[in-house]
Amino acid sequence: MESINIQEEGLNLKATELRLGLPGRDETEKETIFSFKNNKRAAPKSTEDNESEANSDAKHGDHEAAPAAKAQIVGWPPIRSYRKNNFPPKKAEAEFGIYVKVSMDGAPYLRKIDLKVYNGYADLLRALESMFKLSIGYYSEREGYKGSEYAPTYEDKDGDWMLVGDVPWDMFMSSCKRLRIMKGSEARGLGCGV
Amino acid sequence: MDPVRKRTKDLSKSVDSAHLAPFPDEVLEKVLSLVKSHKDRSSVSLVCKDWYNADRWSRSKIFIGNCYSVSPEIVARRFPNIRSVTLKGKPRFSDFNLVPQNWGADIHSWLVVFAQVYPFLEELRLKRMVVSDESLEFLANSFPGFKVLSLLSCDGFSTDGLKAIATHCKNLTELDIQENGIDDLGGGWLSCFPETFVSLEVLNFASLNSDVTFDALERLVSRCKALRVLKVNKHISLEQIQKLLLRAPQLMEVGTGSFQQELVPRQFAELETAFGSCKNLHTLSGLWEASSVYLPVIYPACANLTYLNLSYATLQSDELSKLLPNCSNLRRLWVLDTVEDKGLEAVGSSCPLLEELRVFPADPFDQDMVHGVTESGFVAVSSGCRKLHYVLYFCRQMTNAAVATIVKNCPDFTHFRLCIMNPGQADYLTNDPMDEAFGAVVKTCTKLQRLAVSGLLTDKTFEYIGKYAKNLETLSVAFAGSSDRGMQSVMEGCPKLRKLEIRDCPFGNEALLSGLDKYESMRSLWMSACNLTMNGCRQLAKNMPRLNVEVIKDEESDDSEADKVYVYRSVVGPRRDAPPFVLTL
Repeated sequence: MESINIQEEGLNLKATELRLGLPGRDETEKETIFSFKNNKRAAPKSTEDNESEANSDAKHGDHEAAPAAKAQIVGWPPIRSYRKNNFPPKKAEAEFGIYVKVSMDGAPYLRKIDLKVYNGYADLLRALESMFKLSIGYYSEREGYKGSEYAPTYEDKDGDWMLVGDVPWDMFMSSCKRLRIMKGSEARGLGCGV
Repeated sequence: MDPVRKRTKDLSKSVDSAHLAPFPDEVLEKVLSLVKSHKDRSSVSLVCKDWYNADRWSRSKIFIGNCYSVSPEIVARRFPNIRSVTLKGKPRFSDFNLVPQNWGADIHSWLVVFAQVYPFLEELRLKRMVVSDESLEFLANSFPGFKVLSLLSCDGFSTDGLKAIATHCKNLTELDIQENGIDDLGGGWLSCFPETFVSLEVLNFASLNSDVTFDALERLVSRCKALRVLKVNKHISLEQIQKLLLRAPQLMEVGTGSFQQELVPRQFAELETAFGSCKNLHTLSGLWEASSVYLPVIYPACANLTYLNLSYATLQSDELSKLLPNCSNLRRLWVLDTVEDKGLEAVGSSCPLLEELRVFPADPFDQDMVHGVTESGFVAVSSGCRKLHYVLYFCRQMTNAAVATIVKNCPDFTHFRLCIMNPGQADYLTNDPMDEAFGAVVKTCTKLQRLAVSGLLTDKTFEYIGKYAKNLETLSVAFAGSSDRGMQSVMEGCPKLRKLEIRDCPFGNEALLSGLDKYESMRSLWMSACNLTMNGCRQLAKNMPRLNVEVIKDEESDDSEADKVYVYRSVVGPRRDAPPFVLTL
């Protein structure tokens, strides 16, 4: 609707400050930024438009969103913060690629796991061991998974193959795209100098 | 037991035959103490001095809808024997981030007075108040008989404050913590209930985000034999809720934790049995992330359910359609709009006794969504559920014709809250404003007490409201109206209006001042992002000294504009705790 467009024009800079993506962030306080002064200033204008629209025959019910992404209006729709912050996740796969494929050298097909269900590396490795019926052993910073038959590796966001365990768990969760369990003999080269 | 303060006899009164009471004061007090509703009590106190005094001395429960309308000292002076206090603080729009932090509504000064005057205070129910950990600790240590703590939409405290409550309130029967802006520092508070503590009847920590020690919870539930309400948070697993239900089959209201867990058939069967064993269960909520796979475990309990809250479960229409035929006794149903119109059709066909429906948006900020519910879902519910009287409906499209049909099917609406999520959106079929929709609502639903309007609305909507909504008490308006005439129509009509909240509407000073005669009979008025100026507000303040006219200053706005205005009646004048950004005119 035209009135909304007018509000948008004045809001460009501030609009980019706000996240337009999925809700669920902790910092909904950002929405209390009173950046919608223009929103208010536009109100008198918008009412004229409303009136003329209401009166004219050519009422265009253009209630589709304007081509540019709509800026979020503070406190609208009127949903309590608690509900906004705790929206249940969509049933479809989460955006962050938490479901990752796991391949094992020599296995006929791949598996898929949800990284979010694990508490940390130990949990993940035990799960992989159980899933593929193998042993991975223990991680050490200096020697990787030296001594074990298999080593878990992952492809990160840059497309590089990394040894599982080097970075903090949270960082791993957000950068891991897929897992590959390598045979120890191949992995030895990865144990140092990654 | 507890000493109730007795009034000293006023001898001169009883001698004067013209003022002879028909029966002794104690009898009058006893009779009046059976009058429970606070509105009725208020009426009682206005009859005559004798009745005022009888009410004074016998009143044990007090409800204060606006904490700034009165002071704790005045309350204490008038009512010597209060055991239960309900207080509401911030304007409702603070729930939607329209009120800045540190605005006020701090409970502490109230508690200090209560500690002196009501050492036997038992119940405190707060809504939209600021509560600090210090206050909670002070509360826990000041009232030995304290029983009920209910905090809804409050902020300012952390789980540390809850630790104090759990540790010190030996007679606690209710702990109800809902949707607060709380600092969740961990679930250790629950373990602070001593092993000797057995009196809990209501425990609701559904909206707390951290883990409690399950062991402690299980033991607590086991030893509190009178527990009737248990609402846990989403960290409690299915397996754990099963154990809790086995411990407490007497539960009447249950809020489950997460409904997502890999279960083996045996566990599934055990859960079914557990739900089936709760013969008194009438309210079920929680059901976080419930999926069709595990939802059937609740079927044994569904026949008795009267209130089902599925608003944290992203159910699809077929899942709801399978569930609802089991729930023919439902009176209240809350769902997400993921169930879509088809799901709502199932509501209409399965729940003939339904009285309240709330449909929340799963994705309120996603503009591209083509899902959710439309007008046809609402119509379907109305045609199957003729007893519907409370609705909260978030949708992306609506028509005047649909609303007319809905109220024709259900003329008994008392609460009609329709939120068309795109501000100022017209009837999508005719492109007309939604005036006729709300016109139909107010004309048909003569019992209407609460109304929230949305969509493209001209002054006509408000003319209808002013003319027809004779019982309307609460009105919420956003992005609506064409001129001052709109708000004026409401102020000139609506004889029972008590709360009016308006945002982003073209109402200016003339509209504001048209309500001069009305504001003292209202609890409050909120107007933000309208066309008010400081001068208009000053004029209101000048003419009505018993109103507090507060302007919340916006740093970015012009000095002459009054961006956020909050007007309320008060017997104590301007509040002394106003922060620098609140100007009382």
